[in-house]
Amino acid sequence: MNRLKHAITGITGSGILAGLAFVLAGSLHAAPAFAADPIRIGDINSYKRLPAHTIPYKMGVELAIEEINAEGGVLGRPLELVSRDDAGKPGEAVKIAEELISKDRVALISGTLFSHIGLALTSFAGEKKVLYVAAEPLADALVWANGNRYTFRLRPSTYMQASMLAREAAKNPAKRWATIAPNYAYGKDAVAAFKKVLTAIRPDVEFVAEQWPGLFKIDAGAEVQALAAAEPEAIYNVTFGGDLAKFVREGKLRGLFEDRLVVGLLTGEPEYLDPLKGEAPEGWLVTGYPWYDIDTPEHAAFLAAYQGKYDDYPRIGSIVGYNTMLTVAALITRAGSTDTEAMVDALEGLSFDAPTGPITFRALDHQSTMGAYVGWTTLEDGRGKMVDWTYMDGADHFPPDDEVRAMRPSS
Amino acid sequence: MNDLGFYLVQALTGLSSASALFLVASGLSIIFGVTRVVNFAHGSFYMLGAYIAYTFVERLGGALGFWAAVLLAGVAVGAIGVVVELLILRRVYQAPELFQLVATFGVILVIQDLALLTWGAEDLFGPAAPGLEGTVNILGTRLPEYDLALIALSLVVLGALTLLFHRTRWGTLVRAATEDREMVGALGVNQSWLFTGTFFLGSMLAGLGGAAQLPKGGADLLMDFNILAAVFVVVVVGGMGSIPGAFLAAVLISELGAFGILVIPQSTLVLMFVVMAVVLIFRPWGLLGRPEAPGQHGQVGPPEPPLRPPGPRLRAAGLLLLAVLLALPAFADDFTLVLAVEIAIMALFAASLHFAMGPGGMVSFGHAAFFGGGAYAAALLVKYAGSPMEVALLFAPAMAGVLALLFGWFCVRLTGVYLAMLTLAFAQVGWSIVFQWGEVTGGDDGILGIWPSEWASNRLAFYYLSMLASAGGILALQYVLHSPFGYAMRACRDSVVRSASIGIDVRRQQWFAFAFSGALAGLAGGLFVFSKGSVFPDEMSIPRSFDALIMVLLGGVKTVLGPLAGAVTFTWLQDEIGRLEYWRFVLGALIIAIVVAFPQGIAGFLRARLGPWFGVREMEA
Repeated sequence: MNRLKHAITGITGSGILAGLAFVLAGSLHAAPAFAADPIRIGDINSYKRLPAHTIPYKMGVELAIEEINAEGGVLGRPLELVSRDDAGKPGEAVKIAEELISKDRVALISGTLFSHIGLALTSFAGEKKVLYVAAEPLADALVWANGNRYTFRLRPSTYMQASMLAREAAKNPAKRWATIAPNYAYGKDAVAAFKKVLTAIRPDVEFVAEQWPGLFKIDAGAEVQALAAAEPEAIYNVTFGGDLAKFVREGKLRGLFEDRLVVGLLTGEPEYLDPLKGEAPEGWLVTGYPWYDIDTPEHAAFLAAYQGKYDDYPRIGSIVGYNTMLTVAALITRAGSTDTEAMVDALEGLSFDAPTGPITFRALDHQSTMGAYVGWTTLEDGRGKMVDWTYMDGADHFPPDDEVRAMRPSS
Repeated sequence: MNDLGFYLVQALTGLSSASALFLVASGLSIIFGVTRVVNFAHGSFYMLGAYIAYTFVERLGGALGFWAAVLLAGVAVGAIGVVVELLILRRVYQAPELFQLVATFGVILVIQDLALLTWGAEDLFGPAAPGLEGTVNILGTRLPEYDLALIALSLVVLGALTLLFHRTRWGTLVRAATEDREMVGALGVNQSWLFTGTFFLGSMLAGLGGAAQLPKGGADLLMDFNILAAVFVVVVVGGMGSIPGAFLAAVLISELGAFGILVIPQSTLVLMFVVMAVVLIFRPWGLLGRPEAPGQHGQVGPPEPPLRPPGPRLRAAGLLLLAVLLALPAFADDFTLVLAVEIAIMALFAASLHFAMGPGGMVSFGHAAFFGGGAYAAALLVKYAGSPMEVALLFAPAMAGVLALLFGWFCVRLTGVYLAMLTLAFAQVGWSIVFQWGEVTGGDDGILGIWPSEWASNRLAFYYLSMLASAGGILALQYVLHSPFGYAMRACRDSVVRSASIGIDVRRQQWFAFAFSGALAGLAGGLFVFSKGSVFPDEMSIPRSFDALIMVLLGGVKTVLGPLAGAVTFTWLQDEIGRLEYWRFVLGALIIAIVVAFPQGIAGFLRARLGPWFGVREMEA
């Protein structure tokens, strides 16, 4: 009996080993497919760590590629996407970038969501002289304190979005402010930028309390109480995702938002507002993406194509993904080749029209002028929406040029 | 606002937060107490409870429907726990201590992808509990009614568990098994069903906890990992296996959290780990736990035979491997070299952990502290002193060694899982310092631009450099293992009393061994920084510690070559499978398959097949 059992484990064991060896052999012998034609784009994102945001991103990316290729591609060659998951780890992202460059022979790296992953790739791009078009990471340092020749960013940064909100918030008479933000770099940057811009316009405001719950670990009841105890006139919220849902529910129950102005960074993005359904907060000043109300022809065309392809509505991730690939197509067209130096030169100062409006990549700091939508939340048909919104062009929300120059490492 | 009302409501809010924590932690505590399985998948059961309850609430509706859904979700998760126990864990109870946690790690990965497939990517916002949507006014401050319901629920569960364990035969048996499971088995109790029953109860409590917190939040895909650390802290602070202890610890930690944020709002990251460290330093078995009897750390199977120096054939095989590595660049592409560097670094990291937890007998759940510590030491030296890579690479193991001396001084006073959890606590404290101290460490924006010196900056040179350092580190560990120091260390593991009686200072021996292991983990961390060009707090975080743990156990903790086999398999599998869309499911399933097929680890399996030819004696069964 025992011998039989031994034999069985032995056989299963050898089977698994043989299987592993087989896969290994396959991976070593698989010659890289040298199709001369397509231009490969190495796109990295956190598809497993924050799928609610990154899956729409990928849908936007694929739509754009489909449209670009339908019109003959770029430089007469089709774009081919090589999409990889970074598992939410910066070290993994760097390894995958190496693999994309040396094994998949991609022309450039694009994508990413989390700031630290974006920063890891910024460092990588600078050292290895690889073009990196950061799609979504918000950290200011990506193009400022740690910026380099090979890194560009599409989405408006933390500073820019906080500045948009602060300028609107300054119009409100509230003087006593409290802040709540997740306890990590993005939260800290978002609070610092908001304070800086708001106090510059309104020297009379004071910040009476700040709360720093752990990211996705908020103890919402206790945090709401702590904010209420400071008796602020207005609250600046940076929490998002599951933290936001808990904060909103506890805050409503405990009356935190009554007779107070609440300003929410990213709160109006469908990724974070829609899960709240009928309990979405009303009357908050937020940045977001009111896809249902944007009636420019460019956006209408994008919306129709997106809904035609997916039977779903776009999120902020979708439009960022779409614009990222428009950027890639435009920059390669302008460069006339996939030579990295030529592409970098082409991307500096590149302008094109996106569904959200014209976008320019500043030569000064490699940040795009893509803007954000700022407006007020309301409830309609049992779901949260943005009303009275305006599109704020990113170009109006930069610090003065010499300040930016001073922040960027000289090279 | 009335001050008294405010503090009262804050205290009650803390109690209600303690509720979910207690439910989940009590389940984990029961499972560990009886089966000695460190169930990493417990957070996944909690997450499944929330998702399943959400689905049931939508189907059933109404006040009755809500509570029925919560209960049903608990039962359903209990059933899932039974399936995991029957199909996977039951096959590996005889494996070396802690091996089962690799299987539960595989379960986490599988459940993550299954939940994504079933419920989609978007967060599900929990429904309010019908009839309890409002608030009550306590001296002018509002408290949600559901908070009171949660407090009541946790008290009911505490009462029910107390009755179950003290008034029923099954409960008595569970308590007896927690004390001494060999004895219970010898008395003719069917252990298999006792274990299965325990798993049902423990998983059910986790599911119940997830379901009951729905009205406080909802269900999302990050819930599993987000609660895991907190739950382990509660179980350890309370004392493993103690239900009242878990309750006390959950309340203590939640209340400290609720009031802590009033004083230091940034304390959210670190507070509970500081509590755990303090409790373990003064009460090494938790608040209400009891000291483990000697020789009862869940060691099963025959004792390990003494280590022998490798025979000539094994040495030849090692030389052959080195020769292959030396020649690899001649026929491998660039990326293979990158991957080989990563594998080599991970192998050194795993080997350093193996040194402590295998022959040293000191399991570390926080080994990333030294890996990340070395990484940060190197990066900080480059950033602030402009030091060249060569100096930074020496500085990394030195500082990691110093860090390990500091942590080790406290840790070696403990044994078994408590020691492991204290290392985790220190690692988390270290992590939060790096994370929070943005002015110096860059916080989670990390330190960028840490690249090798000019001569080592091309792939080939860096490949040889990392191979030299990693192989050197691993050989140093081997050398020490077979030196008098290594013999004394193994003696301390096998018998504290006998080692002490022949004049070995047991604690000092273990302390230095721990520090040596930490220093080599630091060397791995130093290499890692220069291979990636940047460092982030992730390298000090719990998942990084788990990586090493998984590699060592997967490879085989009782074999010297285990960590190498584990590092190669794990790192390479991750890379190979990473291209698939549902890579977590595939990787998790593969890990489970490997665990079930090789209960002695991969190297353990190979030793059983090939050992005799290499002159390695198989352990006598």
